[in-house]
Amino acid sequence: MNPNPYPKLHPGLNLGPAHGVAHEGSEAVLFGFWIFLMSDLIIFGILFATYAASTGPMAIAGGPRPTDLFDLVSVSIQTAFLLASSLTCGMAILAMKYGENVSRVKLWLVVTALLGAGFLTFELRDFASMMAHQGTPMRSAWLSSLYALVGLHGLHITMGLLWILTMLALIQVQRLSNKVKTRLLMFSLYWHFLDVIWIGIFSVVFLAGLV
Amino acid sequence: MSSLFGRLNGDVTPFTEAFNHPSVSSLVAAGAASMVVVGAVALLILLTWFRLWKPLWRDWLTSADHKKIGIMYIVLGLVMLARGVIEGVVMRGHQATALQGGFLSSEHYGELFTTHGTIMVLFVAVPLVVGFINIIVPLQIGARDMAFPVLNQVSLGLTAAGAVLLMVSLVIGKFSTGGWTSYPPYTGVVFSPGVGPDYWIWAVAISGIGSTLSGVNFAATIYKCRAPGMSLMRMPLFTWTALCAAIMLVYAMPPVTVSSLMLALDRYLGFHFFTNDLGGNMMNYANIFWMFGHPEVYILALPAYGVWSEVAATFSAKTIYGYDSLVIATMAIAVISFTVWLHHFFTMGQSTSVNIAFGIATMIIAVPTGVKVYDWMATLWRGRIRMTTPMIYLIGFFILFVIGGLTGVILANPTIDYQVHNTLFLVAHFHNVLIPAVLFGMLAGIHYWFPKLFGFRLDERLGRWTAYLWIVGFCLTFIPLYVLGLMGMPRRMATFTNPSYEPWVLIAGFGALVVLMALIMVLVTIGYSIRYRDKLAVPLGDPWDGRTLEWAIPAPAPAWNFAVIPKINSRDAFSTEKEKGNPYVRPQSYDDIAMPKATAHGFILCVAASVMGFALVWHIWWLTALSFAVIPVALIARAFVRETEQLIPAAEIAHAHDAWLNAVWSTRGVTRDEEDSPANRGLAAPDGGPA
Repeated sequence: MNPNPYPKLHPGLNLGPAHGVAHEGSEAVLFGFWIFLMSDLIIFGILFATYAASTGPMAIAGGPRPTDLFDLVSVSIQTAFLLASSLTCGMAILAMKYGENVSRVKLWLVVTALLGAGFLTFELRDFASMMAHQGTPMRSAWLSSLYALVGLHGLHITMGLLWILTMLALIQVQRLSNKVKTRLLMFSLYWHFLDVIWIGIFSVVFLAGLV
Repeated sequence: MSSLFGRLNGDVTPFTEAFNHPSVSSLVAAGAASMVVVGAVALLILLTWFRLWKPLWRDWLTSADHKKIGIMYIVLGLVMLARGVIEGVVMRGHQATALQGGFLSSEHYGELFTTHGTIMVLFVAVPLVVGFINIIVPLQIGARDMAFPVLNQVSLGLTAAGAVLLMVSLVIGKFSTGGWTSYPPYTGVVFSPGVGPDYWIWAVAISGIGSTLSGVNFAATIYKCRAPGMSLMRMPLFTWTALCAAIMLVYAMPPVTVSSLMLALDRYLGFHFFTNDLGGNMMNYANIFWMFGHPEVYILALPAYGVWSEVAATFSAKTIYGYDSLVIATMAIAVISFTVWLHHFFTMGQSTSVNIAFGIATMIIAVPTGVKVYDWMATLWRGRIRMTTPMIYLIGFFILFVIGGLTGVILANPTIDYQVHNTLFLVAHFHNVLIPAVLFGMLAGIHYWFPKLFGFRLDERLGRWTAYLWIVGFCLTFIPLYVLGLMGMPRRMATFTNPSYEPWVLIAGFGALVVLMALIMVLVTIGYSIRYRDKLAVPLGDPWDGRTLEWAIPAPAPAWNFAVIPKINSRDAFSTEKEKGNPYVRPQSYDDIAMPKATAHGFILCVAASVMGFALVWHIWWLTALSFAVIPVALIARAFVRETEQLIPAAEIAHAHDAWLNAVWSTRGVTRDEEDSPANRGLAAPDGGPA
């Protein structure tokens, strides 16, 4: 039996097979990032609550309804893109942790970015077609809250894409240094978090709207 | 031109207004604006004259040292306090003559109560509280800095950016007249098309993001950076309150960011969250705002409670009574404070059961607060009490805060709340909790910890007079407002016609002058103490026979805080060492210490955020885009910086620390009787202990 030399390591947090010091350095950073995500979650929570309170006839105010605007096929494609991108993001982290393989990490990040961009393309396409059918955020309180919630998620995805590009440049310059590894872990937390939010949006906004 | 300058033109300053339409009201506005301009110009001249630009930049604006960031927060808070108090005095002066019409226009009066409230809550209380947490928490938990020192700079920068917008609004344009809560639809674009609500929105949203990041930083620091042996239940109580406040910041600040940005979407892009038409629902704003607003009150009060715990224990020379119950009460308040927000709008028209539920929750939150008051009083019981300045504030707090708390319990009853809703009774109540708890707490904290930061005490005699003036001024100003509220006088009214109000507004007006005196005395105390700092010097670092870790190091605290990270074996760690008889031990060896390097990151973001806020207020879109673009560029550039730390060599630390230890060993300690004498050099001698 080989006793674990780093008994304090938590599953999923260590940066390599045996990376005690770097692990300690990343602990506070990742913990802080978790807290930050929790505060971001509150922001989404309030927008979810506002949305839920804005689906009645008063809030629709005679404007278009969910059934007039939502395109479930497109939303399903977006969901597929985003869930797949979470998988590839996880692959990038596995490549970092077990392989320390720079080019493979980069490859998975690029695939993640492409899938994210695909999601965004379809989302913007939906926004455009909604607006073409009177579905602008200025039309009713329901549409205001819809655009705020879905749009904020889309903004997060956009920032995530910018983050991936930054990470690619950073890996180019600094290789897989401990700092870069910690940042990659933060990014993956962020990206999976956006997936969770999207599942909420998919259910509360789109599925519930078409029931 | 309009694309270049947006809504800006030559007529937006109060100077042009005073020139075109001279009246007392417009002259007061122009006077206030010229105070800002003259103050800014004077500051520039002084900095240049004394060649302080370089030290200011090198030692302060780019510093990532948590103590310096904390001091800058407190300076910001005190500057804004001066403005907030002056505004309060002008308002009280106006109301004292309001039966005859007063001297302010009602719009100007509206601006005053809006800026006064916004400033006092978000730019006085928050910077003071956050400043103290910044300074004290790492010292109390045996850490060298915050978990994220540069993020800390950014938080300060964003808070300062909000304050900058408020100051600029005095000179360019007008501030909102919608109160510090900025309720739509009044603050919507239909009823307030001007720039006022926009100033409010961006000041609140930008500084709110700064506070959220502070909360993240504090929580990570307290959870992850404690010295070995410092378990949660060994943490000093100030740190406990800071932890709870940090968690609350993380959960309570996002709502106000969201509600103000939703209001911005309504105003800028024609959304319909809170408008009167197309399904907008203004009560949703009140809901979201108070989800922030009520916890915010406790975010401010809890750290002040923490100060009271430290002050009560230290100046009674006793272990705090009921540590466990104080911790539990702190956590209980933090949780319950999220369940009471609806009491701010019992009159909204929701069902009785909802009102009852929130009324009961509001009454329950008084219980843990009551537990705390009893714990502090029991701490004083048979202690070796010294009536120092912080203790005078504490006694004032005991009496006044209990009155304020009890009127809160009265207001928690929805049926009574219906009667006094929107009257001065409410204004009296929240001033009666916020001033004795938060403001007195912060002033007591300034007296208590000032020597740790600057190496000399504040003058006790002046300090005591200041405390008495605050207490008397507070009573004269705010107790009459209870009476006026019960007589039915509405809040936020520029004038009134009922002559029976007049005697009470006159007393309150006189009280405001006493408060102004008290504020001046704070500055006098600091100025006098700087002048006689040699007599008041306490370089050895422990002037009050302190109990917690921050008193075990020199004053002013060195940049690295602890030459060697201490090992903690008990609560009141420093006290325990003193009781064992040998608190000052030379470490066996010293190591190099890595400290965060100075960086302009926070300052750059502060400037970018200020400019962006200003450009958004005035619809200068090119400048908005430009200043916004700076933010991601700065963040990304920061990611590429490799050397973020500098090493302080062990020899330098050994030299400084050994010199201090030698001074400790060659100095006579003072007993508590001599605490307020020049013999007090910051070394405490045992004096028998409590009876």
